[in-house]
Amino acid sequence: MAHLLGLGETGAVGLSPRPSPLVRRLDPRGRILAALAFAVVVTGLSSLTALVAALAAALALLAVSGLPVATTLKRMMLMDGFIVFMLVLLPFSTPGTALLVVPGGFVASAEGLRLAVEIALTANAVILALMVLVGTMEPVVLGHALARLRVPERLVHLLLFTVRYIEVLRDEYSRSRQAMQARAFRPGSNRHCWRSLGQLVGMMLVRALERSERILQAMKCRGFTGRLPLLSDLRFGRIDGLAAVLFLAGLLGLVLLEMCLADLA
Amino acid sequence: MHIVDGALSNPVVIGGAVIAAGGIALGLRALTVEKIPTAGVLSAAFFVASLVHVPIGPSSVHLILNGLAGVILGWAAFPALFVGLLLQAVFFGFGGVTVLGVNTVNIALPAVLVGMICGPFIRRGTALTATVWAGIGGALAIALTTLFVALSLMLSGEQFLPAAKLVFFAHIPVMAIEGVLTAAAVSLARKVKPELFHALEVAR
Repeated sequence: MAHLLGLGETGAVGLSPRPSPLVRRLDPRGRILAALAFAVVVTGLSSLTALVAALAAALALLAVSGLPVATTLKRMMLMDGFIVFMLVLLPFSTPGTALLVVPGGFVASAEGLRLAVEIALTANAVILALMVLVGTMEPVVLGHALARLRVPERLVHLLLFTVRYIEVLRDEYSRSRQAMQARAFRPGSNRHCWRSLGQLVGMMLVRALERSERILQAMKCRGFTGRLPLLSDLRFGRIDGLAAVLFLAGLLGLVLLEMCLADLA
Repeated sequence: MHIVDGALSNPVVIGGAVIAAGGIALGLRALTVEKIPTAGVLSAAFFVASLVHVPIGPSSVHLILNGLAGVILGWAAFPALFVGLLLQAVFFGFGGVTVLGVNTVNIALPAVLVGMICGPFIRRGTALTATVWAGIGGALAIALTTLFVALSLMLSGEQFLPAAKLVFFAHIPVMAIEGVLTAAAVSLARKVKPELFHALEVAR
């Protein structure tokens, strides 16, 4: 997964490993709950000032997380690329005070623009906080932490199997693509290309099934009874408690800011 | 086709989460211990397939293949696609947190429906019937997904109507491509390993 995402967990190169950034030393369970709480609170905000503060808080978290800032922000922008159409349409589809009239009878309203800005700020703040707090974990740690948070065991097992094999299957996919290329396959907008890619997907699924049969046999040989012991050394220490208090104070601050501004308006 | 945080109204978000939880619970009940490795590896395969970019005109689209996932996984498509969406949100920054339930329903419910409608023809029909129904299923799943996305947006506010329409019409070429690809994948898999379509049946 780390290779797939272009991110290393430790980022340590050479002899002396860098001390891991603060965010990564905190209890994974706490980080998951914090990301959830942040998402719920920020989605509930509607004052633009409070939302800007929330985005600033997420950016501050990014700064202390040790994630590569440029890559992470680029990833966030990629999401913005998907929603940009919706955001551009909103001012024109919301009735309200006319702000701008485009020839052709389209009227952009101030209310619609405000709604679009609100959605953009919320979406970016929440997803950034999620990537910083949870995306910095090894996927396996994420699975263990979810299990400790009482997520059903089978769902956690499914997650662990999925993350375990994504990279394996991606390598298999790359090899197949290379083999196709060696046989002069060139991707293009035509039926032949689509059919070939469909057959590639079909073959990937067939191989995945065969692989899973071998995995199950190997696991049975080793006495698999349906339980994966989750060996994790999650500890909620003093520093986690401190971080939790600070985080809750920050969330409370956002809520207060929202309420004060709502009173003014 | 991910919806982001902040766009939907609270009832839609909560409704989505409740339906998603129900679907995931049903899917997990269908997964016996022996089937978890199979479902996990197939779920990884669908995740990798979603990274495949297919050229179309001057641009390219990435695959979703939820119809195929529904035909192969049945109700287990719910937890499998949920895991995929969770990983995408956490590590790629696609989608959101509070909307995870809505996004899961929008992708997985069409998958399960297509599995129910087209699955029997694909499993038991002749090679030609299976291919045709796979093509229909692949396109239908995307059509339903875009309709569900449009519905989630429209239930949240009238002002999202143009965006909802845009989502649907922009995905018509994607429906065609997913149909062609699903048909080719099913036609090949039926020749090479027909067991794929019975992989998660309990009594075998």
